[in-house]
Amino acid sequence: MADPMRIRAQSKDGKTVVRVLMAHEMETGQRKDSAGKVIPAWFIQTVDFKLNGASVMKAQWGPAVAKNPFVQFTIKGGKPGDKVSITWVDNHGDTRTDEATVS
Amino acid sequence: MHTRREVMKRSAAVASMLAAAGMLPQLAQAQAAGYSAAAFEAKTVADVIKALGAAAPAESPDISVNGPDIAENGAVVPLGAAVTAAGVKRVLLMIEKNPYTLAAMFEPGDSVEPSISTRVKMGQSSQVYAVAVMNDGRVLYAHKEIKVTLGGCGG
Repeated sequence: MADPMRIRAQSKDGKTVVRVLMAHEMETGQRKDSAGKVIPAWFIQTVDFKLNGASVMKAQWGPAVAKNPFVQFTIKGGKPGDKVSITWVDNHGDTRTDEATVS
Repeated sequence: MHTRREVMKRSAAVASMLAAAGMLPQLAQAQAAGYSAAAFEAKTVADVIKALGAAAPAESPDISVNGPDIAENGAVVPLGAAVTAAGVKRVLLMIEKNPYTLAAMFEPGDSVEPSISTRVKMGQSSQVYAVAVMNDGRVLYAHKEIKVTLGGCGG
């Protein structure tokens, strides 16, 4: 199981800025190991961003997203105490959901 | 007569040649639900747009691509897109010279500002494109060149 995401959500002037740092290898499938064998691709494919249980944004990623992906976006609305939850699914079918409280 | 070792070596070589030529569908493994695999395997900006079934893109001042002029490390390049026009359905980040052009696709709902930043890998200096697919079918884009001192792919 992957390590937890670090999520920071801050509310200011009626907007909520969400910053997420996910822990994931994001292997491209282009690199080779020391024996010359291609390291198989392993990357996050879909991400779902939710505010209080309702989806506000979805994302689809290719292997070109950097290792330990970072995303920043702004939700219109949201107030301190609201819950931001984020779920990713990678190409191995692994998934992880983490939740943070808006401050 | 071939030894087993030689045969193994040769088939491995053929497999890696196929992989290099893009013959093996490397990305076509287990797919997460709703994943647009075809778009992520496309190798040019035009092919990505076609795979998503979107209209021909038009350059627009309503969208901007945010990134450094020079990236020292291609493995981590901060890249973002900001759209000022309303009614955005999808925001795409594309890197022209990467093995697969499309890096990320975001689908912001109505309650999210279509201004998103993330970090991507770049194999070499390239034009990067931010493309917005609008609800009314228009496709807007902006581009920028990012020079990479040290590549993030291969190795």
